[in-house]
Amino acid sequence: MALYLIILVLLAFTAFAYNYGRKRALAVAGTERKSRLHSLPHYYGAWTAIWCSLPALLVLGLWLATQNTVITQFIIDDLPREIRELPAERLGLVVNDIRNQAEGAIVSREVSPEIQAAADQYSRLKTTSRMAMTVLVLCLGIGGGILASRFIAPQFRARNAVESVIRALLILCSSIAILTTIGIVLSVLFEAIRFFEKIPIPGFLFGLEWSPQTAIREDQVGSTGAFGAVPLFAGTLLISFIAMVVAVPIGLMSAIYLSEYAGPRLRASAKPVLEILAGIPTVVYGFFAALTVAPIIRDGGGLLGLDVSSESALAAGLVMGIMIIPFVSSLSDDVINAVPQSLRDASYGIGATQSETIRQVILPAALPGIAGGVLLAVSRAIGETMIVVMAAGLAANLTPNPLESVTTVTVQIVTLLVGDQEFDSAKTLAAFALGLTLFLVTLVLNVIALHIVRKYREQYD
Amino acid sequence: MSDINLTTAANAVALPPGMIGVNDARAPEKTEVPTETVGVVTVAEPRMSARNINVYYGEKQAINNVSLDIGKNEVVSMIGPSGCGKSTFLRCLNRMNDTIDICRVEGEIMLDEEDIYHKNMDVVLLRARVGMVFQKPNPFPKSIYDNIAYGPKIHGLARSKADLDEIVESSLRKAGLWDEVKDRLAEPGTGLSGGQQQRLCIARTIAVSPEVILMDEPCSALDPIATARVEELIDELRQNYTIAIVTHSMQQAARVSQRTAYFHLGTLVEVGNTDDIFTNPRHKLTEDYITGRFG
Repeated sequence: MALYLIILVLLAFTAFAYNYGRKRALAVAGTERKSRLHSLPHYYGAWTAIWCSLPALLVLGLWLATQNTVITQFIIDDLPREIRELPAERLGLVVNDIRNQAEGAIVSREVSPEIQAAADQYSRLKTTSRMAMTVLVLCLGIGGGILASRFIAPQFRARNAVESVIRALLILCSSIAILTTIGIVLSVLFEAIRFFEKIPIPGFLFGLEWSPQTAIREDQVGSTGAFGAVPLFAGTLLISFIAMVVAVPIGLMSAIYLSEYAGPRLRASAKPVLEILAGIPTVVYGFFAALTVAPIIRDGGGLLGLDVSSESALAAGLVMGIMIIPFVSSLSDDVINAVPQSLRDASYGIGATQSETIRQVILPAALPGIAGGVLLAVSRAIGETMIVVMAAGLAANLTPNPLESVTTVTVQIVTLLVGDQEFDSAKTLAAFALGLTLFLVTLVLNVIALHIVRKYREQYD
Repeated sequence: MSDINLTTAANAVALPPGMIGVNDARAPEKTEVPTETVGVVTVAEPRMSARNINVYYGEKQAINNVSLDIGKNEVVSMIGPSGCGKSTFLRCLNRMNDTIDICRVEGEIMLDEEDIYHKNMDVVLLRARVGMVFQKPNPFPKSIYDNIAYGPKIHGLARSKADLDEIVESSLRKAGLWDEVKDRLAEPGTGLSGGQQQRLCIARTIAVSPEVILMDEPCSALDPIATARVEELIDELRQNYTIAIVTHSMQQAARVSQRTAYFHLGTLVEVGNTDDIFTNPRHKLTEDYITGRFG
């Protein structure tokens, strides 16, 4: 039976189980059901439906996840000894051939009798497995439903049972996000450790030269590779700094205007427009930076007699700053609005003007929150990729001059991993070390920033 | 005293049905709310005088034709049930209602012969002359010193640091807070107790040398001991300032004020010497309120 059919049948069972459970609850309760049933009738229905569907679905998922591994193991065990004792990679190729042969796909070599036999065996096992699975799952569905309906009695606390199942479901969903994060961190961590086995940590963190090209062949010339990440950190900081110089004053001032001066109607229309900026894909900002802003800066610099690189840090930083404006302004706006009206009243009551009130009362009161928002913005700037990939350079120059081309951590990660890479060279693994560094820095920034923002919220709640 | 008796109790006018009926069941005679005030609204030496004030929040009328004088060096208390417009009226006196977009004020309010709603009136200067103390203590999140120094600084009242120090000290002394905080002026004002915070706010108001101090239920967030301290302070301040105070506590009104005005549903029902109001109210509504039949 096809998989979708199994699921459809199971769903039909579930629907039936729900109805049956509900009816049965009403039946066992008799006529005065209100006074006698512990839970509302539909909870009994849900209880039956859950037992009908959940175990069956779990077994179905488990079966599908493991059947390939199990069948493959059977096949390998049946193969002649000389094939079985091949190295792991070549054995994998043989197994692939067997599978392809069984499924009628193209096979990479002449089909030997052993392979043909194994392929037949593979098909047979697969059919058996599918049948066994169908029977088992459907039996579980029916059995679970019947078993659950046996429990239905007026005193049975169906509501509590259903609620706990729902709770378990919610916990499962939220743990998926957390587990994924942990998984990503671990995978980056292990690759980074492999990198640090080749390049020592101090050399990576404090080295002044970045040139990740390593020799692939022994006779290649001049590419020994240098993995000092300081130029990347410096470039990242330079571009982020330029971005913050743009974003913080503009974002903060627009937040002040919107929250203190603008009328409700203007605010209602201006705020969403400002937030549209946040909705522009960063890749669009990227080519805006590369094709519009960078040439303007280069030509403008040329008019002034300056030598400006066409991939200057300035261009990337400016555009990144524009991208971050809505981020800063919306966070600052929240924080400024959280300053209690009573402080404004107090200030106006003494005869302060609006700008005096803002400068001397509201901003100092909101400062911790604004600082938190700015730190969050910094961590975004550091992690931003697309704009710098398109607008910043690749050359790892160690320079404080914003008119020169610099490169960033994210740009290097992208260039190191684009294309076919071998995973045993320091060049590729360097990307993971950079990723880990980036992750740690932004993590620390986020934790500090969120801590500050939360503290601030508590202060005025 | 050349008192002008604006009205007598007899001619009370019925209001449209929308404005009445909150307490109908218990006191049927309250279906009639006077639009004119019982008692004498004027004084011989007014510091501020309000005439025919109407206040609207959008479509809703919050204050209906209220006239009241606030005399020099006297404490006027405004009492009445919640939502009767007494705070709204108080906030008209230094134009704090300007900060509320939908609020509209009609009528005339004079401060020393100057119309405070005249278009040439600088609201910033007005608020320096008519200071305000709020219901909840609201010190700025700054040091105690800076809380007081804020007003004098923005109004340029101090020429030097020494001047400023002096203003801070004298304001804190007048507010009776100096001895408690003189050793910790650099600590944040928000770290003081509730009563101290409220006296700090009063000191902050005094620091800009206002002529009138408006107090909007200044003791409602304080415990009885702190309340007594603030009430004492109000009595002392009367020597130098004119004070209008909104309060929910009739005992407080009786203790601190010379004149009392009773508001009801946006109208000024009765005004008179505090002693008279509390011993011998002339209007039925006033009597019901102060004898605790509603409110």
